Amino acid sequence: MSTGAATAKKQKLSVPFDYNKYIRKNKLPHIWCPGCGHGIVLKSLLRAIDKSGLTKDQICMVSGIGCSSRTPGYVDFNTMHTLHGRALSYATGVKLAKPELKIIVTTGDGDALAIGGNHFIHTCRRNIDMTILVYSNAIYGMTGGQFSPTTPQGSMSTTSRYGNIEPSFDCCELAKAAGATFVARGTAYHTQELERTLIEAVRHKGTAVVEILDSCPIYFGRQNKYKSASQMMEQIEKDGTIPAAQAEKLPPEEVKGKLLRGILHRVERPEYCEQYLKLVEKALGKGNE
Amino acid sequence: MAIVTGKQVGLTGNSAIAYAMRQIDPDVCAAYPITPSTGIIEEFSSYYADGQVSTELITVESEHSAMSACVGASAAGARVMTATSSQGLALMWEMLYIASGMRLPVVMTVVNRALSAPINIHCDHSDSMGARDSGWIQLYSETVQEAYDNLLQAVRIAEDPRVLTPAMVCMDGFITSHAVENITLLADGEVKGFIGDYKPGRSLLDTDNPITMGAMTLQDVYMDFKHEQSMAIAGAKEVVVEVGSDFGRRFGRHYGLMECYRLEDAEAAIVVLNSAAGTTKVAVDELRKKGKKVGLLKPRLFRPFPYAEIAAALKNVKAVCVLDRADSMNGFGGPLFSEVRSALYGLASVPKVMGRIFGLGGRDYTVEHSTAVFEGLYRIIETGRMEELTGYLKS
Ligand SMILES: Cc1ncc(C[n+]2csc(CCOP(=O)(O)OP(=O)(O)O)c2C)c(N)n1
Repeated sequence: MSTGAATAKKQKLSVPFDYNKYIRKNKLPHIWCPGCGHGIVLKSLLRAIDKSGLTKDQICMVSGIGCSSRTPGYVDFNTMHTLHGRALSYATGVKLAKPELKIIVTTGDGDALAIGGNHFIHTCRRNIDMTILVYSNAIYGMTGGQFSPTTPQGSMSTTSRYGNIEPSFDCCELAKAAGATFVARGTAYHTQELERTLIEAVRHKGTAVVEILDSCPIYFGRQNKYKSASQMMEQIEKDGTIPAAQAEKLPPEEVKGKLLRGILHRVERPEYCEQYLKLVEKALGKGNE
Repeated sequence: MAIVTGKQVGLTGNSAIAYAMRQIDPDVCAAYPITPSTGIIEEFSSYYADGQVSTELITVESEHSAMSACVGASAAGARVMTATSSQGLALMWEMLYIASGMRLPVVMTVVNRALSAPINIHCDHSDSMGARDSGWIQLYSETVQEAYDNLLQAVRIAEDPRVLTPAMVCMDGFITSHAVENITLLADGEVKGFIGDYKPGRSLLDTDNPITMGAMTLQDVYMDFKHEQSMAIAGAKEVVVEVGSDFGRRFGRHYGLMECYRLEDAEAAIVVLNSAAGTTKVAVDELRKKGKKVGLLKPRLFRPFPYAEIAAALKNVKAVCVLDRADSMNGFGGPLFSEVRSALYGLASVPKVMGRIFGLGGRDYTVEHSTAVFEGLYRIIETGRMEELTGYLKS
């Protein structure tokens, strides 16, 4: 085999998917720092969307403010970039006006769980049909590394110079308790697995929350003495997690301290927009029998 | 960084404000990060972590909570400070009125930034102008030095028993907050001596004299509360002058309600807030060299609005351009224009006044722009005709 052919084959293998179809190329380069996981998550998401068979026009991607919330700017769907913490409220409005759209919200742990925490629990409670991707990097990335509601206790941040004293939220437990009907966790490290999880999330009817552990080497990593972005990914995302299915079979001491990956909760419950439309019909005197 | 007082040191606006906050050493500070004011609380949190302040620093989950916590702490009798920008100030809107209505002397730095949508992180005054009727005192700062000095004075103004009103000190996002300037700092003791201790007249923690705050008032008394509040804020003008002169006496830098730059004999003048005044001064100097009688009026106090003093300062000018770094979206010109112009209404001979919106979302304002504005004013003086009363500055 000639070298040219070998390279071509290698390229074919390493570029199995043409992201260009979904990217607004004139909006590149993106703002994410070297080593940030947000881009890996975006790639998994685009592959998942492609495989789920949705067309670009069927999707509306909504975000608040933050590094993760920049995602909609780079993709060629219907997109809306709104206010810090409020993405879910805007998304609820879009969904009610156009229930046929698939709503995907990209949000940060700060955006979703701190300033927007109230909207988060009420969206889950209503079980309105949307996919919520919480990019969980344990820090406010965009504003320079202040602690967030997912920053582990004891961690350094620009607002906790001697360690964070606040206990953190478990995003998945919170979503489940608030009423989300699909709850999953993935990581930027397990990109193929994340893709499969996201396909399921997008297919789900109702509020689907996926917490995605990813790393902010610049603000979280440097302040917490991680050596590199890859070491951070290995330690937090690879060694710090375990597939939920596998965890079930292991003795508790081997699971202790690890976060579970995969689909953690999936139930059926009436979806909000459908209930709403039923009510409209009832009020109009139709479908009363 | 070892900072030496009394001598010139190079500091950004944010560092100078953080330094002033360390010197003031408030009892409570509650805040949430937002560009471009984040650096203030970030540096202040280092002072806090290093035990250099006795402040309780509360890093809450939104600005809504930040101002709520400030209100609670101030009602309990604490000296309280915070800082924010743009959407952060917008999210505080509800609580701004609670702070002022309860007459709580919270002091806040507002690093001016444009409001969404579309999102923009750079300077304009849409944020603080949106809060101009919230019952807060507003001081504007051209330079890092002024921002530092204004913050120290704001504490005394707000806490004065005749005033008891929250105050915000505004400076331009990035232009002032992130640019390093040589400034002179006061010694810690000088600051302490100048601001004194805060002794709240009444507070929720004074259990011997229980009070209630914010309780329901109806048609019978609500209006009287507001009338009293309004009169107190009107009276703040005098206190601003008093505090400014005392500051000048002690430290050599004098402050009043506004700065008039080469205005005494000016025929044409620009009125503008914050950092753009510095640019305008350069244009004034250049035109003066060419024999043009031009000048600048830079209001320092915008709330309460010193309308009589502004009218007096502009009464001999023939043509004035008021530059607004915020648009009222089809009010009568920008907010500063509309207030300056109505302040002049009672004069025997009223200057011709035009308004221009400039610098939104960080759009540059240069000496050339300023010079072009003066040229436009001279055309009005020469022809006696106003070309376009209000509009956007070509930039
Ligand atoms: C009302 C308001 N307050 C503060 C901000 C400033 N701000 C922008 S993004 C952000 C935090 C982002 O953190 P996160 O949501 O975790 O996302 P990340 O950047 O880490 O992806 C903050 C505080 C804002 N835009 N609006």
